[in-house]
Amino acid sequence: MSTEQSNPNRLIGASIRRVEDPPLLTGQGCYVDDVKLPGILHVAIHRSTHPHARIVSIDTAEAAAMPGVVCVLTGDDTGDLALRAPMLTPEMNMPEHPVLARGTVHAVGAPIAAVVAESRALAEDAAAAIGVTYDSLPVVTDAEAALEDGATLAHEELGTNHCYTMKRENGDVDKAFAEADHVCRLHMKSPRLVAMSMEARGVLAYPDPIRKELTVWMSTQGPHRSRADLANSLGFPENRIHVIAPDVGGGFGSKGCVYREDVLVCHVAQKLGRPVKWMATRSEDFLTTCQGRDQAMTSELALSKDGKMLGLKVRVVANLGAYLHSATAGPPQRMLVMAPGCYQIQDVRVEIVSAFTNTVPTGPYRGAGRPEAVLNIERLADKAARDLGMDPLELRRKNYIQPEQFPYRTGVGVEYDSGDYEKSLDEALRLSDYDQLIRMRDEARERGELVGVGVSTFVEPSGGAGFESGAVRVDRTGAITVLTGSSSHGQGHETVWAQVAADLLKVPMEDVVVRHGDTIAIQQGTGTFGSRSAVMGGGALATAAERLVTKAKAVAANLMEASADDVVQVEGGFAVTGVPERTVTWRQVAGAAHAKGTPAGMDPGLHETAFFDPNREAWGFGAHVALVRIDADTGELTIEKLVLVDDIGVVLNPMVVEAQVHGGLAQGLGEALCEEMVFDEDGQPRTGTLMDYAVPRASTMPPLIIGETETPNPFNPLGVKGVGEAGTNGAPPAVANAVMDALSPLGIDHIDMPYTAPKLWRAIREARKG
Amino acid sequence: MHPASFGYEAPASLEEVFGLLRQHGEDAKLLAGGHSLLPAMKLRLTQPEVLIDLGRIPGLSGIRQDGDTLIIGALTTHTEVSASETVRNLLPGLADTASVIGDLQVRNRGTMGGSVAHADPGADLPVTLTALNASFMLTSAEGGRTVAADDFFVDFFTTALEPHEILTAIHIPLPAAPTRTSYAKLPHPASGYVVVSAAAALTLDGSGACTGARVVLGGVGGTPHRATGTETALNGQALTPEVIAAAAERAADGIDPHADSYADEEYKRHMAAVYARRAIEAAAARA
Repeated sequence: MSTEQSNPNRLIGASIRRVEDPPLLTGQGCYVDDVKLPGILHVAIHRSTHPHARIVSIDTAEAAAMPGVVCVLTGDDTGDLALRAPMLTPEMNMPEHPVLARGTVHAVGAPIAAVVAESRALAEDAAAAIGVTYDSLPVVTDAEAALEDGATLAHEELGTNHCYTMKRENGDVDKAFAEADHVCRLHMKSPRLVAMSMEARGVLAYPDPIRKELTVWMSTQGPHRSRADLANSLGFPENRIHVIAPDVGGGFGSKGCVYREDVLVCHVAQKLGRPVKWMATRSEDFLTTCQGRDQAMTSELALSKDGKMLGLKVRVVANLGAYLHSATAGPPQRMLVMAPGCYQIQDVRVEIVSAFTNTVPTGPYRGAGRPEAVLNIERLADKAARDLGMDPLELRRKNYIQPEQFPYRTGVGVEYDSGDYEKSLDEALRLSDYDQLIRMRDEARERGELVGVGVSTFVEPSGGAGFESGAVRVDRTGAITVLTGSSSHGQGHETVWAQVAADLLKVPMEDVVVRHGDTIAIQQGTGTFGSRSAVMGGGALATAAERLVTKAKAVAANLMEASADDVVQVEGGFAVTGVPERTVTWRQVAGAAHAKGTPAGMDPGLHETAFFDPNREAWGFGAHVALVRIDADTGELTIEKLVLVDDIGVVLNPMVVEAQVHGGLAQGLGEALCEEMVFDEDGQPRTGTLMDYAVPRASTMPPLIIGETETPNPFNPLGVKGVGEAGTNGAPPAVANAVMDALSPLGIDHIDMPYTAPKLWRAIREARKG
Repeated sequence: MHPASFGYEAPASLEEVFGLLRQHGEDAKLLAGGHSLLPAMKLRLTQPEVLIDLGRIPGLSGIRQDGDTLIIGALTTHTEVSASETVRNLLPGLADTASVIGDLQVRNRGTMGGSVAHADPGADLPVTLTALNASFMLTSAEGGRTVAADDFFVDFFTTALEPHEILTAIHIPLPAAPTRTSYAKLPHPASGYVVVSAAAALTLDGSGACTGARVVLGGVGGTPHRATGTETALNGQALTPEVIAAAAERAADGIDPHADSYADEEYKRHMAAVYARRAIEAAAARA
């Protein structure tokens, strides 16, 4: 950075309370459902109760005649209106994804008919009065079963359940395995998880037939990308669509794409010329919002007898569900770049195969393929150590990429920017008092108790998926506005961007206003997902701020009749170096920049924009340690201690970072302990309500120790790496390894998450039966 | 989701309620705390034509001791029960039960009578009230009758209540000899309802021998289940760990629990013994 770094009271790195919280905590937020417009109509949707069926008939007559009903639409009315996903490979198979079913439904919850009515309650009454007769078709729900020869087809018209295959190979894998002393094998499955935002999905469309424009309030993680997706699906110009993401109550990846209801509501609004709203019920969110994980991994790790990792083979089978959203096919591909984790393994073969099933579509969910990849290599490392009779830490240390090797090109062809994996492991061991944990475990084991200690050390990429934009504008009065394309849905952008901008401009944080979530106000954007905001939004903002300061210095030099090279930043403005009494404020500079005060040849104004793309991801890392106890009587698992050391480079706001770690951890523990979306063999969801699907609660959180190391990212202007997914990526494998350690005296090799009490009880019982 | 359209009545007296029940028959549902009924209506699992809100009728809530009987009004909330000094002193097992129902909001709104009359097989109170040998005051236009808990719970969501009757109070006998009560629960991780639970009420003589035991299981069938084998094994015995363990082993005798997506039958059978033991141990450990 060209800005001076000498301020001892820097805002970057300060624990500042989130400025966005007071309105949210006092019920003053404005979410989609809080937006009221005159003449508004409401949509309710009649959904398939069958996982796979031909629709024989749809009777809408009674619904259409009910009071307050404006119209009832079926697939015959919406025709080709559909969602479109990108082609990732030339051979990729893509099923139709119409906004309302046309002839066949492929999952419970698929939309069949939409009622538009004067109130939501009337719309729901009418939707319930629609009668559909079905002709049932056979069902497949498991991805591995779906890929077997002769498997039942999830989409008869596709002729296959296969969506796409991707492979990556480096070195001589067969040779590595041929020369190995030992091959460690595991088959693992990550449970299917529900994103479970506090605010379910929702959309409100307001058509302006005179100006031929469409304003859309959406609960979305990326308004600009949503605008483009709506334009493509509707065939309506992108520059005539205005997407607003008001306060958004969480997304966790699931609100990164548009859904059928979004397109449908826009279409209905345009057709009727009235504002139209749809808000998902919790039940609809369970059945229609992209779910996470549901990947099976078949993996082999080749080792020498002294524990050197020689080669790795991973085959992923991913369950994509019934339909492709724009991001559905993405998460499994994470294995292509993450398979070797923090280890020096150059001979690597990864194959991703994805399949359609008659289930809810999957897609990115906090971690989005990272947790599966970390689980895969960290379970393998632990099992390999057990197979070889080695200490699991010793085996890890023996294979770590070393600090002096960075930037390091891995066996899957990506370059890690920086890292010091032993340092974070050592810090986690210190904070957990690891030797004492092991002594406690051994003593408990002597008493016949099921106690285990587990470690995971991991890398986690953040900040890819294209560019992000940032702009800093100083208006005539010196008022400073940050315009960011990384739209916040709970992360704390309004605080952290104000902190960063104020730090770089040397002004009080209160003087900075942050704008986001509006496609008219903001130049462009990609959005907030994949732990990318600090890296990408922060990088864009820092770049724009740097450009702005450079220009402001030139204006200040002009005002003070000094050379720009002699102008330095001081608190609130600029001074001439060595002449501290010669200063100008930002207000003076801004006034001059808007009134012929810029140097000759320089454009007027004080507004700099940056589109930032470093063309590489940031590779954070960490070490997590878990101590668990299992009640052999009931199978109940207790996490007695959890230590999380994360290295995310430079920390912008420790309080916000800690909150991200807590949130990610809670969702990671959900996966480890209780969460799983289950479909029975007939394709019916067994866990479609919060009465059946267990989400983590405050009481789920174990005694927690959080530590950090700081290895700055050399490829980012702020030195940052992402943190939003650290808890979801690193903690579940640590818990899994601890559970397997606890059960190791019983000879149990592997159990898939979640570790519910009945599942552990059964495993213990069967192991004891021998 | 919104419930289907329904009518709403808020009578001020029991007489008015009886009239409304005569008028609407089985199309009407009585509304107490609403924390089971309203979610079921929102999911459209039930679509009553009329709700009769009991909340404005005086005299239906409160806790009082009348000689050797504790009387709890039907509209007394779970929070009121768990916080009551009287209940905590006399029947700590009942206070414990009320304190683990649902969550704070449910306990603040949900009522004893509502829970009992709803007879959800995953509910807590029917289990403990059966262990306490409670009886239920059922009132109608024709007068009233009391039905013992053993006879009241008939099947899943089915009780001895007739359509024209209202459950107005719960009567719990307070034996002269010291009785120790407890409740142990394995909650479902999502709903908080009972996977398996056990309530124990143990009457002890001066020597510490058990002269009367009622041990009741929840979650193992359509109604609270008296673990009579366990009760028999405790009666007349000093409550040593060996006696308790042997008695608890018999808890699953004769039960026929149904599997659900969380726990299978075998697990529930095993938990019946584990939680019966925990409940008996907790009761025995009470001062």
